[in-house]
Amino acid sequence: MTQQDIKRLSLILLFMPFALWILLLIVLPHIGMGVLALREKVAPRVYEFGLGNFIDFAQEPIYWNTLLRTGSISLLVTVLALIAGFPIAYYIAKIAGRRSRGALFLLCLVPLWVSDLIRAFGWILLLRETGVISRVLQTVGLLDGPIELLYNDVTVIIGLVYTVILFMIVPLVSTLDGMDNAMIEAGYNLGGNGFTVLRRIIVPYAMPGIVSGCIIVFMLTAGSYLTPILLGGKNSSWFTETIYEQFITRYNWESGAAFGFLLLAFTSTVVWLGLKLSHQTLAGTVARS
Amino acid sequence: MTSSPDYDLECSNVSKSFGALRAVDDVSFVIPSGSFFSILGPSGCGKTTLMRMIAGFETPSAGDIRIKGASVLNAPPNKRNVKMVFQHLALFPMMNVYENIAYGMRCKGLGKDEIERKVREVLERVALPDVAEREIHQLSGGQKQRIAIARCMVLDPDVLLLDEPLGALDLKLREAMKIELKLLQHQFNTTFVYITHDQSEALVMSDHVAVMNNGSFEQIGTPQELYHGPVSAFVAGFVGDSNRWHGRVVEAGNGRAKVETTANLSLVCTAGTGQDLAPGDRAEVFIRPEFIRTERGDAATPASGDFLEGTVDSLLFNGANSRALVRSGSGELIEADITVTGGGGDLRPGETVRLTWSPDQALCFAAGAG
Repeated sequence: MTQQDIKRLSLILLFMPFALWILLLIVLPHIGMGVLALREKVAPRVYEFGLGNFIDFAQEPIYWNTLLRTGSISLLVTVLALIAGFPIAYYIAKIAGRRSRGALFLLCLVPLWVSDLIRAFGWILLLRETGVISRVLQTVGLLDGPIELLYNDVTVIIGLVYTVILFMIVPLVSTLDGMDNAMIEAGYNLGGNGFTVLRRIIVPYAMPGIVSGCIIVFMLTAGSYLTPILLGGKNSSWFTETIYEQFITRYNWESGAAFGFLLLAFTSTVVWLGLKLSHQTLAGTVARS
Repeated sequence: MTSSPDYDLECSNVSKSFGALRAVDDVSFVIPSGSFFSILGPSGCGKTTLMRMIAGFETPSAGDIRIKGASVLNAPPNKRNVKMVFQHLALFPMMNVYENIAYGMRCKGLGKDEIERKVREVLERVALPDVAEREIHQLSGGQKQRIAIARCMVLDPDVLLLDEPLGALDLKLREAMKIELKLLQHQFNTTFVYITHDQSEALVMSDHVAVMNNGSFEQIGTPQELYHGPVSAFVAGFVGDSNRWHGRVVEAGNGRAKVETTANLSLVCTAGTGQDLAPGDRAEVFIRPEFIRTERGDAATPASGDFLEGTVDSLLFNGANSRALVRSGSGELIEADITVTGGGGDLRPGETVRLTWSPDQALCFAAGAG
């Protein structure tokens, strides 16, 4: 075996797990789902090739309303996560001392050590009718009876922001960290006030991080299942819930698969639009961090 | 020190402490309008802190800073008419050249046409009329430099601060930029305050140089004064190259001193300005390589001045700035400038030479810090 062959073999071996993962867990299931989605059920155990599942979706307002609702709430969550995450990221990257920076970053990561499910239950313990907040408000005398804080959109949004904000902070910290402090000082030195420096220098500089964080957060939110279901209850009308219902409750895999593709197409379109509007590319944002 | 509009920048008794560390210690100076003033010092001497105080990024612990006669201590950085060229220039990478230059004028709220006209004007003046639409990363190092200066000069500042802006350039470009900076300063006729640790930059460009060490100014003067009449051992050692010997004074008087070095070399030298030397003091002697004449050992004994016999240890060829390293009888290495013509008469390692110099050019200082 020559040196060349050894090199090639080691490359193939190293590449193999990744290739298998992509092929077996991403490509194959999606082909299967694609085939399923394009199958129409015409009679029990009789199927035909066609776009019937997608036409069903278009004809039933409750489905596309749910999709639009999921999309708009996800956008809102993304914006809120950005507004809440940016000052935190700015503090960690630019204001905190070198030593406290690591500690602060670690503190942001701590919630990730607990599973999504447990964190959602934590919110339930706080917000339910017999939960901590309701009790405290009654004890203090601000409320006469118990109050139900779960199962509304505000709670779902707060819960989602809490779940995903970390994925906004990490790319923001990494871009802001790379920004030379002199650039901010130059912004002031040339006559800019705090707002001008933020708008014309810091935000444009951090744009790749902002876009990258927004993409990750939007995709995670739109595809999340646990938080909207547990905090929003049956009325949360989250699109993943509709997909779940098709697959598990109705046993209508064909329609579920079609919905899955619709969600993918919808979120991809939103991300594409976002990239176009912010003049960024996927390679310059998500692939960079 | 009186406030007078003749001075663009005045600092009086400015100090800055970071905890127990005194970064800038009681510094006072005035800079006449339209001059090129350099602050020269080793890294960590406090020169950057001083500049940051002038720009407003740090607040002095004590003292006053006046620009055009008015105190600016209470003005935030964006309200001071002092612009700064940062060490790594800090051009905004997300804006093109035009936007970079226009930024400051937009902050001032100037009209679109006026901004347009001024950007064109300043680009003409820095001799880069065609780069307005270029992105920053498309510029060369020297062009970036000029854009950084243009970005400040377009705002017509009272004082322009430059924080070692040539540090990142390669040698050839740095040499060219030194001259260019000086020309730009003449052209804009604005006061430049230039911070550097490179003595040749300071000497070449400046009208006045302040040598800074350990937070305070050792000496302020023209480049020639600093070079030929240093007032302290630190200045003598830091500005220009020197042969430096440690020793003890054996005789002193009449502005002259006789010093015996640790290697038992006996030298007659001139006491540096303001030096009060007494026999027994520890002292340092400085002789610049260009004041040492090198003659072959068989030449006639010189009539005056000190001389030393030695052998050429090695030659450091550097064109017009070539040097010989001569090992004296007592084993010390002495640097002396020589002319290398490339002909047969040049010195060669191993030859015996006699080094001579005039006592006027051997300066002696009491041994101290630095």
